[in-house]
Amino acid sequence: MKNIWIIAKREIASFFDSLIAYVIIIIFLGLSGFFTWLFGNNIFYQGQADLGMFFSIAYWTLFFFIPAITMRMLAEELKSGTFEMLSTKAVSDWQIVMGKFLACLILVGIALACTLPYYFTVNSLGSIDHGAVIGGYAGLLSVSAIYVSIGIFASSVTNNQIVAYLIALFISTFFHLLFDMLGEEFRGITGTVFDFLSARSHFDSLSRGIIDSRDLIYFLSLSYAGLLLARTILFKRIIKD
Amino acid sequence: MAAITVENLTKKYGAQKALDNISFTVNKGEIVGFIGPNGAGKSTTMKILTSYMAPTSGKVLINDQEIEKQPISIKKKIGYLPENNPLYVDMAIGDYLKFCAQIQGVLKPEINSRIKNMIHICGLNPEKHKRINELSKGYRQRVGLAQALIHNPDILILDEPTTGLDPNQIIEIRNLIKDLGKEKTIMLSSHILPEVEAICDRIIIINHGRIVADNTFEAMKQMTSQHEILIIQIETKNVANLETELLSVPTVEHVKPIEGRTGFFEIKSKPGESSKKLIFNLCVKKKWYLLEMTSTKSRLEDVFREITL
Repeated sequence: MKNIWIIAKREIASFFDSLIAYVIIIIFLGLSGFFTWLFGNNIFYQGQADLGMFFSIAYWTLFFFIPAITMRMLAEELKSGTFEMLSTKAVSDWQIVMGKFLACLILVGIALACTLPYYFTVNSLGSIDHGAVIGGYAGLLSVSAIYVSIGIFASSVTNNQIVAYLIALFISTFFHLLFDMLGEEFRGITGTVFDFLSARSHFDSLSRGIIDSRDLIYFLSLSYAGLLLARTILFKRIIKD
Repeated sequence: MAAITVENLTKKYGAQKALDNISFTVNKGEIVGFIGPNGAGKSTTMKILTSYMAPTSGKVLINDQEIEKQPISIKKKIGYLPENNPLYVDMAIGDYLKFCAQIQGVLKPEINSRIKNMIHICGLNPEKHKRINELSKGYRQRVGLAQALIHNPDILILDEPTTGLDPNQIIEIRNLIKDLGKEKTIMLSSHILPEVEAICDRIIIINHGRIVADNTFEAMKQMTSQHEILIIQIETKNVANLETELLSVPTVEHVKPIEGRTGFFEIKSKPGESSKKLIFNLCVKKKWYLLEMTSTKSRLEDVFREITL
């Protein structure tokens, strides 16, 4: 367990050292702030003490940014050979994958925490539904967990970071968008299945402050699946042919 | 109890056999040199010993424990310096060593003193505040060595530890390894044969995935040719028949003129014979000037070539 934290700590330090963290956070804040407060259908235009706009925007911004955070997690290590060095140390593949997952999720958490001033601002402008805010952030974090785990899996199958980014984006698109659209196209069981698979439906329900076991199962099982796949790919070299 | 036991190890990459049923042991406290042509299987063997990858078949035992059964606890006992020395180059030396110490389970109160110790032993003091990507190759190699040592493992597996170092650094690292060898079990691979000759108690030669020799250097010398080899330099006005005349000496088996240097010959004597006195007498008789006569001791290079070519 401790090993997971040691690896996560190292990755987070590396994010800030390499300025990736700053770039991501600043652009994320820039885009979120712009679309929430300034442009088009912003909070002032809406006239409601409600952060729903921000959550929708963040839902999209994170979708594009998370593969950029995760793309180098394993691809770079495989390319430079540091994965060989790391895996001969007293740490398991699973701990390596979990540590990187945790690091990426914490980075997303930090970026989201930087938007807390929005909450305080809106709260001072009108009476805000605190439950909905908590639900919104919880929804964003949960969706992020899925995209991080998909991103780490994508990073494990190649040693080229750009390929990792594209694979992650490709797979995430299904959960982010396509299943939702397919769910609307089809009726009956097929429609329900696609609906369940789409991240949008679970995100919406969490944002409304509803804690439903189906949503939790969705987020936990998808996150776990991505990481398990990543570990399986890495593990192949240990399995006797 | 042997430190490392390898039994019938085979590794296939697809159809290609990188390792073909090799077996050897490394005893506690030994320094074993692992040499062979490129592509022979040295790095593959080391990657399997350090649990980076699994063999296709066969067993590896570290301190009599199978590595498959207890991977994590066994890895703590091994320090590994991989080929090409991969490092987290964006980290500072101290941070990197701290990370390695933590992940290898070094107890928290000891970490800082261990890091200082490693920096001292590996000669990293002048550069200790730098990031790894600011270091020259020689210093990076030392960092690689430091991370292999920091958790005080019983067994060191070093894949070409002196590659890319300048002659001074090579000697320092060589001495360091010899020092460490007093307490630890070391297995190292190298292309620098004089170094292997100088440090190692025993030498294993691998070629095409098979072990072709496993012995002390002295024993290997005995096994292979027992020819005396002399380098002589003769100066004379009449150079035409030098070679034939030299060949006429009864103890001489082979005469080879050394290219590019007139008057230089490599004289190989018949097994067990010495030609020194006879050549001297021949020169006196023919009134040749014998400017140089050097006997070359059989070197590991010669053994290596004879076995692997």
